[in-house]
Amino acid sequence: MFSMELLLNAITAGMLLGGFYAAVSLGISVTFGLLDVPNIAHPVFIIAGAYAAYAMNTAFALDPILAGLLFTPLFYGLGVVVYRIYYVSFEKKGEQALRGLVFFFGLLFILEVALSLIYGVDYRLVEASYIGNSVSVGIVGISLRLFIPFMVGLLLTLALYLFLAKTFYGKAIQGVSQDSLALRLMGADPIHMKTIAFGLGIATASLAGALLIVIAPVEPAIGREYIGRAFAIAVLGGMGSIGGTLVAALILGVAESLTSTFSGPSWSLAVSFGLLLLALAVRPSGLFGR
Amino acid sequence: MQWKFPVLVALSILGVGLLLTGLVENRYVYFAAYVILQYVVLATAWNILGGYTGYVNFGTPAFFALGAYTATFLMLAFHAPFLVLLLAGGLVSGLLGLGIGYLTLRLKGVFFSIATLALTVVLQTLIINWEFVGGAKGTSILRPASMLFFSNYVKFLFMVMLCLAVGAVLVAWWLEHSWIGSGLAAIRDNEEAAECMAVPTLRLKILATTISGCLMGLAGAPFPLHITLIEPTSAFNLDYAVNSLAMPMIGGTTTWLGPLVGAVLLGVAQQAATVTISSELNLLIVGVVLVAFIMLAPEGIVGLVRRLVKGERI
Repeated sequence: MFSMELLLNAITAGMLLGGFYAAVSLGISVTFGLLDVPNIAHPVFIIAGAYAAYAMNTAFALDPILAGLLFTPLFYGLGVVVYRIYYVSFEKKGEQALRGLVFFFGLLFILEVALSLIYGVDYRLVEASYIGNSVSVGIVGISLRLFIPFMVGLLLTLALYLFLAKTFYGKAIQGVSQDSLALRLMGADPIHMKTIAFGLGIATASLAGALLIVIAPVEPAIGREYIGRAFAIAVLGGMGSIGGTLVAALILGVAESLTSTFSGPSWSLAVSFGLLLLALAVRPSGLFGR
Repeated sequence: MQWKFPVLVALSILGVGLLLTGLVENRYVYFAAYVILQYVVLATAWNILGGYTGYVNFGTPAFFALGAYTATFLMLAFHAPFLVLLLAGGLVSGLLGLGIGYLTLRLKGVFFSIATLALTVVLQTLIINWEFVGGAKGTSILRPASMLFFSNYVKFLFMVMLCLAVGAVLVAWWLEHSWIGSGLAAIRDNEEAAECMAVPTLRLKILATTISGCLMGLAGAPFPLHITLIEPTSAFNLDYAVNSLAMPMIGGTTTWLGPLVGAVLLGVAQQAATVTISSELNLLIVGVVLVAFIMLAPEGIVGLVRRLVKGERI
């Protein structure tokens, strides 16, 4: 059953998947990696983004990715609110670590159950002209429902990278993760910077959710699968490094695709979680750790 | 240590339970009571690690399901008797707890929690791909019509879970009142300082993870017989993780009483909500109550009551 064609196709599909995984993990790289907020609710924000795109797509036949883009301000606002609550209830009192984690775990659970109360537990999907089409390059077939999320994922990564590296706010956000006192002395309010960064992290979930529902049908509990994936990528990528996140996402995408092709899809999830356990046990600072 | 009084209370609770099985015939009562008692065991077990040492474990489903699947395997392969199933379930999950204990050497705080979540998914994947115990479809278990002197098997399972619940609470009570409890509290407050004061932190953490895992496995071992159709989705349900963490958080994490109060209150509320409203909505309630407590009353119901009582005295 092994053939060159199969291998090339699996690697290509894995790379494409990896671009999408980057979009999924960027939010965690920013909120968890840079800000140290134990945001394990991020995957469920992505699912919420997917349902927002689904609602727009079924009601107004809007392109799901465009819908995802339109919803980013709303998700930014949501992120700001969540961070403010988190800050006032936990971070300010200096007890963020464990109780904050439980807070986000509870949030994950509430949002997931709320989504399944509204939409039920059936799989939902969207319609767009490019879904179902594919192009072949030589022996490799590229399906557009993977290629377009891949491109959007790359653009999102690039945009976030440029924002963090080139703009004042971006540099301040990177500064807050390293030394918030120094930042305060430079005249920037660390909490304000963290609020902006957290909002941005959640805003990426809107777009990532739209990409998710383009790639595959979505149901509320699917977010759990992405907890392991996204954290594995964020940890492997070096906690807060945007470039590292992309590389780790591509590696994970290819690893999962190869496993799925050669051992069956039921094993592919174990790859990401297994990699996560391995990364945590052997090298918690990641491949590109600071 | 005053151990006579708690043991007497425990024995009288068991006596009342036994008396109940002679009086009440309604099967649903036992079914509901079993679920609530199971949560008493899980919440108490979670609290031995999470509440006493501060290591938040999201992997309750992994330990629980490992106990359940150990029992399933032994039933399918050897038709093992009940006591063997129970002990093996506890043993295997205890061993997993031992392994997790060594993990705490490298992983602290959030990373430990995420690792336990990852462990759950990896184990679930292994079970899904293990055809002997039914794979993803699961396997049905035939339970005997009756057991010992109980008129039906449901009563027997209820009594088993009551014993486990009483036992788990006694273990937690004992840990708390021995030097081990002080050591665990020292780890929770400041692990490095505890290490400097010659508290054997690693040994204590491993003890806590092993006992916690073992109790969760014991709670899981009768599960296949209780539900009669065991499959990965229900055995590895995330609800176990949320509930076993929410119940101590709501009841209060620093004492043995907290998880008991939380499990009974939340467990009864959930059973009532499942019957009268819907099971989805009762999960929503758990989530909301958990978040409300963690934000507004971090010391839980036990802490609130204590503050109230002290306030009155002054």
